[in-house]
Amino acid sequence: MQKVFQKSALLTDTPFHYCPGCTHGISHRITAEALEELGGKQGIIGVAPVGCAVFAYNYFNCDIQQAAHGRAPAVASGIKRVCPDKIVFAYQGDGDLASIGMAETVHAAARGENITIIFINNAIYGMTGGQMAPTTLIGQKSTTSQGGRTAALQGNPIRICEMLATLDGASYIARVSLHDLKSVVAAKKAVKKAFDYQVAGKGFSLVEILSTCPTNWGMTPENSMEYVKNEMTKVYPLGVFKEV
Amino acid sequence: MSERILMKGNEAVAEAAVRGGCRYFFGYPITPQNEIPEYMSKRLPEVGGAFIQAESEVSAINMVYGAAGAGGRAMTSSSSPGISLKQEGISYIAGAELPCVIVNMVRSGPGLGGILPSQGDYFQSVKGGGHGDYRMLVYGPASIQEAVDITYKAFEKAEKYRIPVMILGDGVLGQMMEPVVLPEMTDIASIPVKEWATDGTKSGKDRRIINSLYIEADVLEGMNNKFAALYERMKAETACETYLADDAEIILTAFGITARIAKSAVDILRESGVKAGLIRPITLYPFPSDIYAQYAAKKTVKQFITLELNLGQMVEDVRLAVNGAKPVDFYGRSGGNIMSPEETVQQVLKKIK
Ligand SMILES: Cc1ncc(C[n+]2csc(CCOP(=O)(O)OP(=O)(O)O)c2C)c(N)n1
Ligand code: SF4
Repeated sequence: MQKVFQKSALLTDTPFHYCPGCTHGISHRITAEALEELGGKQGIIGVAPVGCAVFAYNYFNCDIQQAAHGRAPAVASGIKRVCPDKIVFAYQGDGDLASIGMAETVHAAARGENITIIFINNAIYGMTGGQMAPTTLIGQKSTTSQGGRTAALQGNPIRICEMLATLDGASYIARVSLHDLKSVVAAKKAVKKAFDYQVAGKGFSLVEILSTCPTNWGMTPENSMEYVKNEMTKVYPLGVFKEV
Repeated sequence: MSERILMKGNEAVAEAAVRGGCRYFFGYPITPQNEIPEYMSKRLPEVGGAFIQAESEVSAINMVYGAAGAGGRAMTSSSSPGISLKQEGISYIAGAELPCVIVNMVRSGPGLGGILPSQGDYFQSVKGGGHGDYRMLVYGPASIQEAVDITYKAFEKAEKYRIPVMILGDGVLGQMMEPVVLPEMTDIASIPVKEWATDGTKSGKDRRIINSLYIEADVLEGMNNKFAALYERMKAETACETYLADDAEIILTAFGITARIAKSAVDILRESGVKAGLIRPITLYPFPSDIYAQYAAKKTVKQFITLELNLGQMVEDVRLAVNGAKPVDFYGRSGGNIMSPEETVQQVLKKIK
């Protein structure tokens, strides 16, 4: 029998714990496939965040360190100093990367750390039960912005790619989405490119993936995809923001 | 080869770390420890290592986590407010069983406090500091030579137990100069390979995970019990110096730089006919409780007097060790003030029962 499809060797057989319709799963898959396409000659060390993806160390089939909340870029920087020839990547949510870990993110980019960050922007704190994230849209409801986020009360959402693209140390910065097949294919290409940049020693690369959280958005998986496509991309336009 | 040279405490500690195999240093400026990162920024590239001036102490300790997890001999240093910021990271390092060395050249607090010396971080060093049930191997060196010797061996100890090792100095130790003999450079190739390190050389079922998350209560309790057993084994590292204590009636006790003052006070007291002696813990955790208990049980010993550059922290451990057998008194200075030997003698004479 001819095998036409199989799961990436960079994913373990452990079933994902993610909720139905959550795009953490697709993000894992494209990350694993992109890593696999690098050819597996170089060793890989991942860094798992605090957030729904904390168990990433059970899923990615490579060496992994679990980092404190927001500190993945610092942990990855430490790893890269010891293992400069290995692929080092961090996988982080928006609370992790854009709130508590903002300093680590910005400074890893400014230093031009030769690491790759897969940044999952689902506009909410998933793991802790749906609180407002720095990326929550104006008008979006969360358990700590129950009437919907307002600029006057909670401030404005942060656009990470646009911000990091201003830094000289950043080599490849792109925002992608997973709301349909075409965007998934494009997302994987971007992730692969980010890793290629690391292999080439070009410095800091980051791919922001617009993601769903049906559970805390209180939407069906299908409506969540629509929300990403129609609402999130308005605030977070897709594209490449830096490419050196 | 074993030439005596005059060195500033901070620089001597940094060089001792390099000679002890340290190749990765992550720091952030804070007085009075700045000479350590400054020295490392120049020295580590010379020996094939790496230095990062991190964006904060929080970041620095997490870089240590990453580097130590990847198998490198990694270190950070700071002073009190910076160490407070590192506490979450230290707890993660302890929980993930990673070896590293942390130097704290203590300044006076609380808050921004002052840059003058203090021993006010005793509690946060020996009682946990960060969250959860963990301990570190904590040393309180009293001279630059002792700080050098301890730092040199610190990585070996950290790796033996897979724990963070803390060297608790203070502004005096960091800033003063003393003659030291530096140890030989460790041959990096002789350091045993760490089979558990995430260095990207293994994959599939052989891959390694550095983690401190245990979601099931029984599993986490199992880890905590494992740590408790480890800390029990670590008691083998307990180190302590006694000075004229054998026939002493009044036992002064102090650690670090304060013990140097206490020693001078013992000499003055002896000259004036008071049978004084000194117990100086070299490891603050594990605490040399047995030594205190032994002396407390001696008929000749009438009283203990603890001296510290704080408002009374180690004295609690002394009281636990003495366990009511003899009175334990305390004299301390804070805010960056340091007691003189004469002042110490006067205070001791006042407190003698
Ligand atoms: C220091 C610290 N503060 C808070 C938490 C609690 N916490 C766990 S996950 C999380 C938010 C994660 O949200 P995000 O990064 O957006 O990831 P998601 O779960 O949405 O994938 C928080 C605040 C923690 N573990 N540590
Ligand atoms: S809570 Fe949200 S982000 Fe977390 S797994 Fe569920 S859907 Fe995904």
